[in-house]
Amino acid sequence: MTIVQKIVKYAGIFVKYFSLVFFSFVAVLPIISCVITAFKTDTEYQQTNVMTLPESWLNFDNFVNAFQKANMGRAFINSTIILVCVLVVSVLVGTQLAYVLNRFKFPGNGLIRNLFLFATLLPGVAMQVAVYEIMYNLHFINSLIGYIIMMCGTDVIAIYIYIQFFENISYSLDESAIMDGASYFTIFYKILLPLLKPAIVTSCILKAVGTYNEYYSANLYLQDKKALPTVATSLYTFVGPLGSQYNLICAGVIISLLPALIVFITCQKQIYSGLTSGAVKG
Amino acid sequence: MAAMTQTAGSAGGKKKRTFGEWARSRDGQKVFVMIAFMIVPLVLLFVFTYLPFAEMFGFSFYKMKYIGERKFVGLDNYLKVFERDDCFGALKLSLYYMVGSVVQLVLALYLATVLSFKVKGGSIFKGFMFFPYLINGIAIGFIFKFFYTRGFVLDTVLQWCGFELENLPYWLKDQSINNISLVGTSVWRYFGQNMVLFIGAIMSVDGELYEAAMLDGANKFQQFIYIILPSIKTIITLNVILSITGSLSAFEPPYVITSGANGTGTYFVIMHEIAHTQQKVGLASAMAIVLLMIIFAATILQKLFFKYVFKSAEDENLNATAKRDKKLAKMAQRKAGR
Repeated sequence: MTIVQKIVKYAGIFVKYFSLVFFSFVAVLPIISCVITAFKTDTEYQQTNVMTLPESWLNFDNFVNAFQKANMGRAFINSTIILVCVLVVSVLVGTQLAYVLNRFKFPGNGLIRNLFLFATLLPGVAMQVAVYEIMYNLHFINSLIGYIIMMCGTDVIAIYIYIQFFENISYSLDESAIMDGASYFTIFYKILLPLLKPAIVTSCILKAVGTYNEYYSANLYLQDKKALPTVATSLYTFVGPLGSQYNLICAGVIISLLPALIVFITCQKQIYSGLTSGAVKG
Repeated sequence: MAAMTQTAGSAGGKKKRTFGEWARSRDGQKVFVMIAFMIVPLVLLFVFTYLPFAEMFGFSFYKMKYIGERKFVGLDNYLKVFERDDCFGALKLSLYYMVGSVVQLVLALYLATVLSFKVKGGSIFKGFMFFPYLINGIAIGFIFKFFYTRGFVLDTVLQWCGFELENLPYWLKDQSINNISLVGTSVWRYFGQNMVLFIGAIMSVDGELYEAAMLDGANKFQQFIYIILPSIKTIITLNVILSITGSLSAFEPPYVITSGANGTGTYFVIMHEIAHTQQKVGLASAMAIVLLMIIFAATILQKLFFKYVFKSAEDENLNATAKRDKKLAKMAQRKAGR
């Protein structure tokens, strides 16, 4: 190798790692700054620069304070209820729909698929103008059940993940079960659903993150912030008079991030694969 | 549910024997299963997507609030959308978001390429860059209000780099820069997600192709241009289309960070304000319908454009492999499906 080639090679390596480090830094900087500020006392927050490290990393006062002020105990309970219900219903509904669309040939099959696909083209915020009217007429405003039913609605990406998965399960499994006299329900619940587990886990994680993070419709339909906060909407407490106490706000933000962070660390692979398979098909 | 269909079947059987027989047959069962499995998702789809869509179309011809009287005004609302400065003019801001999404896609593509070759600590870098995607919108709003505040995070870091505080703008107040600040947050949030998508696509490229290219003496850049890019152009196209329509409907960054103040109100932020604060539901519906039309037009135009580009590229390249043809066929299928 000549010297020039060597220089080019090492320059390439340098550029590669420099860009990775730089963009990772950019990605975490806003979050790190929040963590730093969350551990500061009021006086510390007012007197030191935001990027100065806090005196004590064990000062959890802000976290306790934020948790109480924003009613986050209630919020975590509500979010858990919503999450469990939405996941159970959307998995059942989604897998069943995918089963019918993949296994049965019938007129209208393509039409139904297209109806679901077309729904993704409609931007959610615009639709809420009229969905609000419907939720109002159904008396679903300030109703946890109403909100859950709405959130169970169309989740095309999950349906596509399931359909894709069904395509890879051989039809001969169904046929031999039919030979043995099994009904379609038995085939679905006893044979296919267990095989679908990896796809279910993947789509559940994506749906869980989406549901947990939903704040726009939660804010619109769960207006009673005292009784019906979710973790995301409980952060609205800090809008207004508390708006400049960033040590408190940052603590609240960090608390709300923790569940997502834990899920991310434990299920990284499923999140990545879920995103990829959803996007390639959708 | 199994029990339910059985009783339904036998109830039918009492009235009409032939129907009962049919209900017990495979074909009959099939129909019951189809109905039982599809009714819930279709009802949900209808109630929360197509019914509101139809209602919105209706609303757009009325002067109305959510509660109270409605007055038919014909096309007045549509005229207003184009006449009022704050409505249609807000679409200009989409240009910022379009530029932002181009930056985001290029950045994601670059990082994805780097990360799909052997890199020490690759999964850690990937994790750091992806995590912002998992943060809820309200938290993002607070994080960036804090981040951009005068003398806070961004200013401090820039001072470390040698900038003077007096020379730095107010990131969220200064109208010449605040939209760029907001677009920055959107890039920050989504570039990691795009990167993961691209890595997934690059990983599905046949590894032997790289080896063959290496034997032929191709460098990394040539490998990128001649192997990676052609293999993942489908997903790139998809993302370009998504990001253009996404920039037309940009909503979240201004909504959570500035609430649309100081000239940062995008079309949808203004629509939200008109619908839910001012309660001019008719006008807001008309705005929504107008933008939907624009989005459809943009989507169709882009699809035609990419179809044309790929076709001509394909004509030039007579050595197109069977694999690539298959990909194109798939894409055409998807187009037909949409």
